[in-house]
Amino acid sequence: MKYAWWPGCVARGGTPELYTSTVAVLKRLGIEVEEMHDFSCTGAGVLQERNLKLGDALNIRNFAIAEKMGLKEIMTICSTCQGVMGQAHWRVMRDPEYLREINATIAEEGLEYMGGVVVKHLVWILVEEYGVEELKKHFTRNLSCLRVAPFYGCYILRPTNSLGFEKAPARETSLEAVIAATGAEVVDFRGKKACCGLPILLINQENSLKMVAQHTGTAKDLGADAMVTPCPLCHLNLDGYQDKAASKNRPGGQRINLPILHFPQLLGLAMGMGPEELGMPKHIVGTRELAATVRQKATVVNR
Amino acid sequence: MQATVRVRRFNPEQPGAQPRFEEFALEVPQNTTVLDALIKIREDTDGTFGVRCSCRASICGSCAMRVNGQAKLACKTKIIDVASNGQPVIVEPMGNMPVIKDLITDMTIFWDKVRQVEPYLQPEGPEPQGEYIASNESMNHLVGVMNCIMCGACVSDCTSLAVDKNFIAPAALAKAYRFVADPRDGAKKRRLGMLNEYGGVWDCTRCMYCIEVCPKGVAPMDRIMKMRDLAMQHGYNNTAGARHTESFARSVKSDGLLNETRLAIDSTGLLNIPGQLAQVPIGIKTLMKGKLPNPLGHKIPARKRIKKVFEKVEDGKR
Ligand code: SF4
Ligand code: SF4
Ligand code: FES
Repeated sequence: MKYAWWPGCVARGGTPELYTSTVAVLKRLGIEVEEMHDFSCTGAGVLQERNLKLGDALNIRNFAIAEKMGLKEIMTICSTCQGVMGQAHWRVMRDPEYLREINATIAEEGLEYMGGVVVKHLVWILVEEYGVEELKKHFTRNLSCLRVAPFYGCYILRPTNSLGFEKAPARETSLEAVIAATGAEVVDFRGKKACCGLPILLINQENSLKMVAQHTGTAKDLGADAMVTPCPLCHLNLDGYQDKAASKNRPGGQRINLPILHFPQLLGLAMGMGPEELGMPKHIVGTRELAATVRQKATVVNR
Repeated sequence: MQATVRVRRFNPEQPGAQPRFEEFALEVPQNTTVLDALIKIREDTDGTFGVRCSCRASICGSCAMRVNGQAKLACKTKIIDVASNGQPVIVEPMGNMPVIKDLITDMTIFWDKVRQVEPYLQPEGPEPQGEYIASNESMNHLVGVMNCIMCGACVSDCTSLAVDKNFIAPAALAKAYRFVADPRDGAKKRRLGMLNEYGGVWDCTRCMYCIEVCPKGVAPMDRIMKMRDLAMQHGYNNTAGARHTESFARSVKSDGLLNETRLAIDSTGLLNIPGQLAQVPIGIKTLMKGKLPNPLGHKIPARKRIKKVFEKVEDGKR
């Protein structure tokens, strides 16, 4: 199946390494995608707070474009895109009158959404369609030398009414499943389901940084070598602001030094790709030590 | 049915007491709630076990606690729904509040915040002869908020409150909305002004925990978002939060995509020089990594059509 791929604004902007690592990993996995150049921003929940219908209209427009192209599934690589699109879908599908109203706003473009598209994050596609066992076949390194903490991002966890956990329970623990598949040890902690603080970074930076310091610091104290997230917005904050967060919130301002990996980068490491190919040198928190550990200690998978 | 319940115990009266987990195995009927199981423990095994409850029918709001890490009403939660394949059910007191004993928390913080938003009608003008009349339509949309039973579940799991005790937090903010949106209330503008300050509506990080855990569908975060919009409509535009939302919308409207660099500049406020300078070190770091987003942003080919959608929906709205 070919997926309609929506990379999201951040993969095209603030975290270009997510974009390139995704392309590299999808190619290895043989997952075929068509990038959606005509899609707009999903609104990221921000537009929705100002005008919910406007946010929904933009997303339904995106769905209608994919549907018109004959594509049945939209692939996201951002927890926020996933959640926001999923919520928009859920709202229109339970209210045909609302869908009609929204369709009226995109009719001029020759678009009408009929309801035939499913939106899934890459991490969900891997655990529920592609299969963890199939995924493992592409891993050439066993990352048992690493302890990795998951960090989901709010939108891929809440509110559950529109996330389909009941029908697809594997989604709820998808990150842990993939971390375990690479051979790495999962570092479990309550913060994995919390907020990274990005939504208030530009509004109440003090609080936002406390969140960053708390989550990355806790994972580090529990022995994590890295943290992995399916959300580039979380990455922006947990990586970009980690040093500042630590200097304000850790005893003595000590650095936390916890590399934050985008979800495809972890897969790439297990597939034997190098840090450059995965864009890891672009991170703010250094990844050299992590890359060295993988190079020196990861064992080769025998097949 | 066999059930295993792991509860967090804490008795401050014992010298040097530390919280610890204790596990109980019990035989219970299929439809047992977490609260039934806890009461059974107290009655059969340990009479000193502290658990608070009253109605046992999700009305009074006294039995909120964390079940498997998430705040729930113990009397509304069936063991069978939370004990996936025979795993022990983990029961802890609510978060963000001090523990009095075992599962009983001190809810003073909760009530203080509710009081802070002046949770009573403040009508304007001369008192009418009889009661204050409000039409059905003008009150119907408030039924959802009025369903709040003050259980504290949302406050327990609020991630903004976890880092800042000054945050008014979801339950009280939902309560504030109940009056802000009441057609009979005359203090709307003053209320919005107060809620626009530090600790108010803009400090919510939109984590959606309150929506998820509320046993009554109050959806506090949705009310908070409504109040942000209302505050802006009432002329409270000069906050980082208001500028953030406006900038975001402008960028999507003109480019079809988000422009992160402009968002940072706009939210901080162009004239806020120290604020702008504080962003510089991070900006330089990103620049050195070759990943600072283009300040002019990226645009999608169909951006003109996006603008049309904006106009269509926004014209229809107000
Ligand atoms: S959405 Fe806002 S109010 Fe609700 S729990 Fe999260 S931070 Fe708190
Ligand atoms: S809003 Fe919901 S969770 Fe919060 S106190 Fe009221 S009933 Fe409880
Ligand atoms: S005991 Fe009253 S709500 Fe649970």
